[in-house]
Amino acid sequence: MTMVDFIIKNAELADGSKSDIAISKGVISAMASSITSEATTTIDAKDCIVLPGLVDLHTHVREPGREDAETVLSGSRAGVKGGFTALSAMANTSPVADTAGVVEQVYRLGQEAGLLDVFPIGAVTQGLKGEALSEIGAMADSVARVRMFSDDGYCVSDPLVMRRALEYVKKFNGVIAQHAQDPRMTVDAQMNEGLISARLGLKGWPAVAEEAIIARDVLIADHVKSRLHICHLTTAGGVEIIRWAKARGIDVTAEVTPHHLLLTDDLAGSYDPIYKVNPPLRTESDVMALREALADGTIDIVATDHAPHPMESKECEWQEAAFGMLGLETALSIVQMTMIDSLLMSWAQVAQRMSITPARIAGYENHGQEIKEGAPANLVVIDPHRKWTVDRDLVQSKSSNTPYHGFELPGVIAHTIFKGKASMLNGVIASKETL
Amino acid sequence: MRHLLSIADLDKVSAINILDTAVELARVSDGAVKKLPTLRGRTIVNLFAEDSTRTRISFEAAAKRLSADVINFSAKGSSLSKGESLKDTAMTLQAMGADAVVIRHSASGAAARLANCEWMSGSVVNAGDGTHEHPSQALLDAFTIRKNLGMGSSDLVGLNVAIVGDVLHSRVARSNVLLLSMLGAKVTLVAPPTLLPVGVQSWPVEISYDFDMVIPHVDVIMMLRVQQERMTDLFFPNAREYSRYFGLNSERMAKMKSGAIVMHPGPMNRGLEISAEVADSSRSVITEQVTNGVSVRMAILYVLLAGGALDKGIN
Amino acid sequence: MSVALSAQDISRALTRISHEILERNQGPSNLVILGIPTRGAHLASRISSIISSIEGTNIPTGTLDITLFRDDLRLRPPRAIMPTFIPSTGIDEKDVVLVDDVLFSGRTIRSALDALGEIGRPRSVQLATLVDRGHRELPIRADFVGKNLPTSRTQSVKVLLAETDGRDEVTIEGEA
Repeated sequence: MTMVDFIIKNAELADGSKSDIAISKGVISAMASSITSEATTTIDAKDCIVLPGLVDLHTHVREPGREDAETVLSGSRAGVKGGFTALSAMANTSPVADTAGVVEQVYRLGQEAGLLDVFPIGAVTQGLKGEALSEIGAMADSVARVRMFSDDGYCVSDPLVMRRALEYVKKFNGVIAQHAQDPRMTVDAQMNEGLISARLGLKGWPAVAEEAIIARDVLIADHVKSRLHICHLTTAGGVEIIRWAKARGIDVTAEVTPHHLLLTDDLAGSYDPIYKVNPPLRTESDVMALREALADGTIDIVATDHAPHPMESKECEWQEAAFGMLGLETALSIVQMTMIDSLLMSWAQVAQRMSITPARIAGYENHGQEIKEGAPANLVVIDPHRKWTVDRDLVQSKSSNTPYHGFELPGVIAHTIFKGKASMLNGVIASKETL
Repeated sequence: MRHLLSIADLDKVSAINILDTAVELARVSDGAVKKLPTLRGRTIVNLFAEDSTRTRISFEAAAKRLSADVINFSAKGSSLSKGESLKDTAMTLQAMGADAVVIRHSASGAAARLANCEWMSGSVVNAGDGTHEHPSQALLDAFTIRKNLGMGSSDLVGLNVAIVGDVLHSRVARSNVLLLSMLGAKVTLVAPPTLLPVGVQSWPVEISYDFDMVIPHVDVIMMLRVQQERMTDLFFPNAREYSRYFGLNSERMAKMKSGAIVMHPGPMNRGLEISAEVADSSRSVITEQVTNGVSVRMAILYVLLAGGALDKGIN
Repeated sequence: MSVALSAQDISRALTRISHEILERNQGPSNLVILGIPTRGAHLASRISSIISSIEGTNIPTGTLDITLFRDDLRLRPPRAIMPTFIPSTGIDEKDVVLVDDVLFSGRTIRSALDALGEIGRPRSVQLATLVDRGHRELPIRADFVGKNLPTSRTQSVKVLLAETDGRDEVTIEGEA
């Protein structure tokens, strides 16, 4: 028998069944209850769960332009640590990813790092200004093969522009991902508008500014029969609108971030801008509605909105601080804590929300596939019984703006396999030589 | 107590203690003793990142009457206006050995950031942070009300206070709502709906859009300053409409209860929220508020700093 | 615990002190009596009434709180400030008699002298104390003493007065 690259022994799959998994030449070469072939590396996955590699549809990699906060390489390392085999790099870089040139550069950097697939997201409008469409076609046809377009960071607020974008992208089988935030209602907004913001004297970001855009955009998407994706849903009202839209057969998908499944706006009470994020942390009842919606599938996927920022952007007054939190390395643990350990979801559903469905929405063919013979070997091995403590000084990301510093979280990601090679083995990330 | 960042840092007992201490300190200052050695050897820094002559001078006078050394650090022309971060400023203050920092800043929560960070170890007194709070103003307002209307009581039970104007953007309003209700007064907020925060329903207050209905029932009318910018931000159509519905003019003053007083934290927009006649009338205690400010600020500095190492947290 | 002065002892001592004050100052005409709160103020008030009933005139009487002038403020949490009331006659060129309940280290009286210095310039400052328990840390002495009570440093002297505690009594507690 030829030697295989890997054998994962005693793996428990998402459906609860147990199997050994053999990996050779980038694909799953065999699956059986006991594989006896020789392998270069054998991984004992006893008590561990093996899922298809996680896929993030919302990552801020900051390269080009803000390499002090994160690069494609450091972001890849953070992704691997979090069990991801694919990331989607948002377009709000400097320069903006609104041309084939920039997306091809980001794609190439991802290939060079070689730790996971970095799929660039193209901007909807030139310069993210919301006025003129960017070269959607050129980006779709480029080496990067962009299928997802978003002005995230900004809302495509002009309804005519949004309509045209939704129509135009149909030619390229693409999807527009909207950052739902009415700009006029959220000028200089700092945190969720509510009881807490009234007390703290911080300008409010009302839920209706998100809900109104979602309501408008699902109707436009229905009218022109195009696919719409809603980024980082945060409100109970938004959940209701998505539910209504799906019941009517409107082709809309939605994502929620791990932090919006856990954290609430009262954390702003200390004025520590580690909790400053856009869209903002909301109330307990919003958190509960989001969890319910993720469990019942109204919200299709979890996406991290990983937003690294250098220290000086967070060690200041709230108003001066940048919006955003890290997310890649803690995502699965937060989902386990809020959804699995609370018995709202199963691991099979987590595989759907964090791998299978995101890959389908964005068209990443080699990812989010059922674990079976012949499938590409993009896997993550998780030990859900172990706990770990978040230390912001030990993260893979170049930045350290995690809101969970000092938290003990459930679920350790033991190994990440990308294209049949271990991008992370026993918590140690592969270097270029070993890949 | 190490910092005074918000009225919520106090309870009824400690708030009344500050007022009573201010009474004694005022008596001392009015009388022959102009200077007390109580804070000799302490360094108090006035960190005023936002312009304010009145409050800064008040704190400076308070500190000096207690023989503290005062260092003034103001925004204009300082490194703070050139982009030096709050963190670097705080570390400089620590290196200077500031025992207390009185901070006025345009960012809500700036005082809390300074107090809770690891960058300096002194006491922090919030002299106004953004639209969040202005605790010393509320204390001097309560002191003034008690002095004029308290009838010997230590608290304000039985008194009705109307706070009128731009509540949404007012740190004075927030601190006063907390303190006046803590001391047992009944508070009514009067404002156009656009200038009341979402969430105000959970505050311990009544709300009214009708100034004229409220006036005959209150013992104190506290007018808030309305900034000209609010008009361009669509909070109300123009100054004329604002004054017509929410301005305190002579006709409205004539309908006030006998003995009721008029207050204003200053600076006033004469003609917009308050007419000149009212501001200069016998019902107005506006200049007395300024005088009381020094005694109240002396009391705050005394309570925060006069005690010793046992009372202070270790940084 | 032992009783050092009974109510009757206290009453006699205050009467004697009142006479001594008048004798030393050749009459009441230039006197100002200032009690140090809390108990010193009550004792001052009693001495003032006794002198009034002897001489038939009212003596300017007030209180002098010395909290803000203490030299040991930083060693404890902040203390409450008691009222200071200087009679309208003022203290300039007056013979001020300070009244306190217990004279111990002398630091309270030093603070009182500092406070008086900020207020004006008396012609003289004299000290009347109900109890002198020794152990001076500064060169301060009393002019009029109710009773000298030798004590050890570790003992404590408790003064109870009707106005604050319901009865008059001075006790010593602790080991000699």
